[in-house]
Amino acid sequence: MSKEAKLGWKTMPIGGFLLEPGSALKYKTGDWRAFKPLVDQSKCINCLLCWIYCPDAAIIRKEKFIEVNYDYCKGCGICANECPVKAIIMVEDKK
Amino acid sequence: MVKLQELTTEEKFTSGHRLCAGCGAGIIARMTLKSLKKPAVIVNATGCMEVASTIYPYTSWKLPWVHVAFENAAAVASGIEAAYKALARRNAWSKDVDIIAFGGDGGTFDIGIQALSGALERGHDFLYICYDNEAYMNTGIQRSGATPHGASTTTSPAGTKIPGKPEFKKDFIGICVAHGIKYAATASPAYWNDYITKVQRGLSVKGPAVLHVFSPCPLGMRYDSEKSIEMARLAVQTRYWPVYEVEEGKYKLNIKVPNPKPVIEFLKTQGRFRHLFQPQFEKELEIIQQWVDQNWKHIIALCGEI
Amino acid sequence: MVQIMGLTGDEAIAYAAKQSKVDVVAAYPITPQTIIVEAFSEYVHNGEVHTEFVCVESEHSAMSACIGSSLTGARVFTATSSQGLALMHEMLYIASGLRCPIVMGVVNRALSAPINIHGDHSDMMGSRDCGWIQIYCENAQEAYDWVLQAFKIAEDPEVLLPITVNIDGFILSHALERVEVYHDKDVENFLSFRNSTLKLDPDTPFTVGALCFTDYYFETKRQQAEALKIAPKVIDKVNSEFEVLAGKKYSQMDTYGLEDAEAAIICLGSTAGTAKAVAKDLRSQGKKVGVIKPWVYRPFPCDQLLEATKNLKALAVLDRAYSPGAPYSALCSDVVSTLYQNGKQLNVFNIVYGLGGRDITPMDLHAIFNETLEVAETKAVKEPLKFVGVRE
Repeated sequence: MSKEAKLGWKTMPIGGFLLEPGSALKYKTGDWRAFKPLVDQSKCINCLLCWIYCPDAAIIRKEKFIEVNYDYCKGCGICANECPVKAIIMVEDKK
Repeated sequence: MVKLQELTTEEKFTSGHRLCAGCGAGIIARMTLKSLKKPAVIVNATGCMEVASTIYPYTSWKLPWVHVAFENAAAVASGIEAAYKALARRNAWSKDVDIIAFGGDGGTFDIGIQALSGALERGHDFLYICYDNEAYMNTGIQRSGATPHGASTTTSPAGTKIPGKPEFKKDFIGICVAHGIKYAATASPAYWNDYITKVQRGLSVKGPAVLHVFSPCPLGMRYDSEKSIEMARLAVQTRYWPVYEVEEGKYKLNIKVPNPKPVIEFLKTQGRFRHLFQPQFEKELEIIQQWVDQNWKHIIALCGEI
Repeated sequence: MVQIMGLTGDEAIAYAAKQSKVDVVAAYPITPQTIIVEAFSEYVHNGEVHTEFVCVESEHSAMSACIGSSLTGARVFTATSSQGLALMHEMLYIASGLRCPIVMGVVNRALSAPINIHGDHSDMMGSRDCGWIQIYCENAQEAYDWVLQAFKIAEDPEVLLPITVNIDGFILSHALERVEVYHDKDVENFLSFRNSTLKLDPDTPFTVGALCFTDYYFETKRQQAEALKIAPKVIDKVNSEFEVLAGKKYSQMDTYGLEDAEAAIICLGSTAGTAKAVAKDLRSQGKKVGVIKPWVYRPFPCDQLLEATKNLKALAVLDRAYSPGAPYSALCSDVVSTLYQNGKQLNVFNIVYGLGGRDITPMDLHAIFNETLEVAETKAVKEPLKFVGVRE
């Protein structure tokens, strides 16, 4: 979560316009999780199904396997559910 | 046919949005933007996708994106398309962009149908994508013209007298095809290849194109978030959501379902249909199966399949 | 360099839009605005303009498309009346909220019910808080002149607000008048193509229309208020630049006979024309009367009003719209508020007239002037609000 001070009317861009594309990256949704995916990279066949099905773009493509971006992963479990080789399991995310 | 490996790793719909965990709309937005071959401008009707992705000062969008109101995504897209044409005409610029309008079933079937109809009739060159989660989900799960018969919503609740929504879902693609547009299709995010191909097809068509894609909603349909893609697959495999396309008025079935699962398999996974499994409402389950069968028959007859 | 043309108010507005290098017109017909869109579509179909004309399927979609176009960097024009304006009501607020410099001709017509196609100001008054700059015209010449100026005012980077140019339905829209039309080349020197910095362009991606919760909404509205505060300065600037083109100097308020007037009428639109004729007649008889006619209604020209009324002893405010349940109608509310805010004592009374296109005659205005003089004399207002022209 961004801790920047909120702009006032004199310095905010007019019209509520957001001039910084993708500024949502400053908002980390990782703390939404109750469960988190754990990837067994030795099992991963790099099919990329988890990557295309992730609503939050929280799967990172590496050269031979995938990784989870825990900054944003909301723990929905779609990746684990769809993985054809069961390389991903959902575990309780103890904070 | 696309290969996942070939799709761009660039995320033009970034993480950090506030869609629910497991939201179909998030999957659809990402898939759509990965299908792009040209720069694009996005118009978004009020709804889940719009609200959750642009809470000031955060935006998930890395391309030009505009939200104006609930019922007018198609009209706004018409205006953008007109502006691009006019500005090119007076040599202010010469840009080849794709214009995509996203609307939920609320902003498309009901309050947005007028603007869409007008835009289709006028033949603007844009792609309209209706992500259908079958109710006004963003405002708290109220029924829409896309809500199926029997579903419990907050304005068609599962009561003791009336078990969910009495009415049936509109034939949205039929309405669009009646406008004489060159391309319209249904899709499901579980079939990513089909969806991406259709986005690309829709964008390549000169004139308006419409996609109607099933958008599973864990909260509103009441199932565990991990099952979203499974739901999107089951919808197709029970023939509840036929996947077909219509090119120049010719229907073609894209996903054949020779051995359909009974629709009860789809219904029993979702809390919004749970009340129908009580003995006094069991006939509703038959009615829904009949509707699915009739709808399928109607579609495949149009497709020239048996 | 001028050419004299016989144009109705609608035609004059369309002609001004034609000369204004408008990129997009998205409009829906409604009586008595129809001539504007019909004339414009002729220009388009005869290749006289480069404009993309979108025949939308409703006024709501008209304003929606206009907003889309405007945000893409196009110069946008549209027109409507009455029910059409009411239908696009939510979009008016959005257009100003998203800082779209759209210019719209509003041919003022009474709002239903009952359905009525004739001129009164209830349509624009019903939407007066939409955040648009609002201009009222007395005749076709003013309509033509103000549309030309409006684009420049709206698109000024310190303003970036949409503008309505209002004319009375049928009285102005359909009456043929003598209009001095400027040469295309001269208009071009005054107003070239729109060149917007921020636009929906993949090379400069930005997000428009974000959800602003309780922590940000207020600031954007404060910004709009600031733009309206600065607008008069920009209007003055454009009026001066326009004078070079037209040889006429506009301002935020027109006055007549105020050098020595004790009693005056203030009103918007075509009624001012009749009022001036009546005032001229009365003045020739030695009666000290005058007419005040705001051109710019929003932002309300408070300074000009105070200046205009400083020597008056009585003022009749004529409203061609009624605010149901309110102590005064719109224009009178603004007048009284301005006076009160500045500690000015002046006997003011409100006359609601002309609803649904009911005619206001020179005889009516004669009587109103005389009543105002009586109030100046007796220093007492008998009826703070009355209706003139309605059958008992």
